[in-house]
Amino acid sequence: MSAERGQAGLPEGPQCPLAVGGHEVIVMAHGGGGRLARQLLEAVFFPAFEADGTRVHHDGAVFAAPPGPLAFTTDSYVVRPLFFPGGDIGKLAVWGTVNDLAMCGALPLALSAGFILEEGFSMATLRRVVQSMAAAARQAGVSIVTGDTKVVERGCGDGVYINTAGVGRVVAGADISPRRLQPGDAIVANGDLARHGIAVLTQRPGFEFENAIDSDCADVSGQVRALLAAGIEVHCLRDLTRGGLAANLVEIAAGAGLRLRLEESALPLADEVAAVCELLGLDPLYVACEGRFVAFVPAAQVPPALAALRGAGAPCPVMIGEVSAACPGGQVILRSRIGGERLLDMPSGEQLPRIC
Amino acid sequence: MKYVEEFRDGRLAAQLARQLRRAVTRPWAVMEVCGGQTHAILRYGIDQLLPESLTLLHGPGCPVCITPVEILDQAQAIAARPGVILCSFGDMLRVPGSRSDLLTVKARGGDVRVVYSPLDVLALAHANPDRQVVFLAVGFETTAPANAMLIHQAQRQGLENLSVLVSQALVPPALAAMLDAPEHRVQGFLAAGHVCAVMGIEPYRAVAGRYRVPVVVAGFEPLDILQALLLCVRQLEAGRAEVENAYDRVVRSDGNPAARALVDRVFAVATRPWRGIGTIPDSGLTLRPEYAAFDAVARFGLPDAVAPEPAVCIAGQVLTGLRQPGDCPAFGGRCTPETPLGAPMVSGEGACAAYYRYRRAAGGSR
Repeated sequence: MSAERGQAGLPEGPQCPLAVGGHEVIVMAHGGGGRLARQLLEAVFFPAFEADGTRVHHDGAVFAAPPGPLAFTTDSYVVRPLFFPGGDIGKLAVWGTVNDLAMCGALPLALSAGFILEEGFSMATLRRVVQSMAAAARQAGVSIVTGDTKVVERGCGDGVYINTAGVGRVVAGADISPRRLQPGDAIVANGDLARHGIAVLTQRPGFEFENAIDSDCADVSGQVRALLAAGIEVHCLRDLTRGGLAANLVEIAAGAGLRLRLEESALPLADEVAAVCELLGLDPLYVACEGRFVAFVPAAQVPPALAALRGAGAPCPVMIGEVSAACPGGQVILRSRIGGERLLDMPSGEQLPRIC
Repeated sequence: MKYVEEFRDGRLAAQLARQLRRAVTRPWAVMEVCGGQTHAILRYGIDQLLPESLTLLHGPGCPVCITPVEILDQAQAIAARPGVILCSFGDMLRVPGSRSDLLTVKARGGDVRVVYSPLDVLALAHANPDRQVVFLAVGFETTAPANAMLIHQAQRQGLENLSVLVSQALVPPALAAMLDAPEHRVQGFLAAGHVCAVMGIEPYRAVAGRYRVPVVVAGFEPLDILQALLLCVRQLEAGRAEVENAYDRVVRSDGNPAARALVDRVFAVATRPWRGIGTIPDSGLTLRPEYAAFDAVARFGLPDAVAPEPAVCIAGQVLTGLRQPGDCPAFGGRCTPETPLGAPMVSGEGACAAYYRYRRAAGGSR
């Protein structure tokens, strides 16, 4: 299982096949709290997470909080394959939680990481995941200060599951919530949609696409910081993870009791992503992203907001719609490129490729 | 995306809509046959561009919707057996039979797999010689050639662990049955382009001639549909009833003879039930005796059963264009995509599901 998965889409570079306690795969005792568990920490986790001088604590970390409000979030990461073009489960686990903090207008102070490992999981693959997490954390300017590992019997897991939690400091003056949406606000997206979901899907067995599509997996906290630093009055932020653009906007509209209007022709979509969606009958508006978000800002501030996003490395920031009027229960309306209108709705379960 | 984007051009769509408004002088009702077209109409809001007096009726061409409940029950019964891999197109997984659906069978331990091509099933059968691999072969004329190819290859390769649960339907007999009903409202058809890509346009000449209705072969993009509507309306206004091809970048008059030959070799025409509508003579395909060894119903000794449908559901009338989804008292209340009562709500391309998803409050086109 892990061997098959471990070979797909591996990042380039040297790998250390060093076994832990003589084991090249995870065994039950690695989670038992005894000598092997200790060896696993010392051989795999500490070298990666302590490289920046942090001391990783197994029971809990103690640190001083700066003044002002804090944000706190958690998310669990399960993805198959573990490595995909443009990212891997380690990057997702770090940046996903950093991004969740950013959506609260907060910059990360510290992360925790919990691992559920499946008996038989390749030690070399685990090491690469952990190193990828350490690199992602360094890039985001945050440390992983505490963690936990558990091992489940073979067949009871999927290689590795990771949970991360994060504490962040809310940027002074930021007040971000669907409640702050106002009619007339512009909806700005930081980049093209649906990349991550399609990148992962097309790596699964049964697909033989010639060109790999890179995931949009990224740390967006720098882009949020740039918006706030530019003095943009950000009313709300939402990362477009599960459910994609549509499900997240429907949720915001419902929370705010407002009608949102989108222009289909303005929605950014890469040609190759659009083509795969077309082929499989998937609606890209419902496909997950891992490095994309929407910002609700006053219409007058759209040009400086786009400039700030661009300056902070957003791939192709663009205004995609606006908040139109009060509407009990909320509503998201998409104006199609031929001028007709339709509702965007919550998806009914997972999207399934269609017959014809 | 080349060959797709060009057919979603807003300026050209507005131009066609203007031409349509000029062409229509009195009320007309035209049915788009295929669920993919219904989906495109509601997704792009094509109906909102049309003149008031042109009504679109939504046809029965959704293969997921019209798959009989008993086939779904049989698929679930097979999938629940140990030692079986049941393969299906993705959108069949959520469709409820009389008690459950394939996603639930999978959650309870059944090995249910989504395939993207019937030929993927061959590889699965080779890779799992100790297990029975079953394919749920559903669809219209569109999927019949690839499904026939699977069965033909399985026979040539002597695969004894592969079988198919066949639910293939044919469109023209269903159109004829609809027009035979005295209360029908259809004055013209937009035929399903992909069906015609296989079958050609010949089968529709009989329908157009016998029932005096224009049939225009249509594609699935906004401009395809608007252009086909314009041709259809011009025929109606001029009192003509011909078959025209507005999708000639894909459909040849004689279709795909090689694909048809393969379908003929593996399948024979048979009478079959359509979920929500009932039994239609000669509207389906069944395995020929030479390929009977691949019939999953016989291989697994499944009983023939007929499952009743909820009385409140007006699926039959919706699928034949007599009523619109919003006319149903259960629409959006008891009947939603999460809890569908009938055929047109079970698949995203069914008319009820499309209205629920894209219009909700509206419920009816016009």
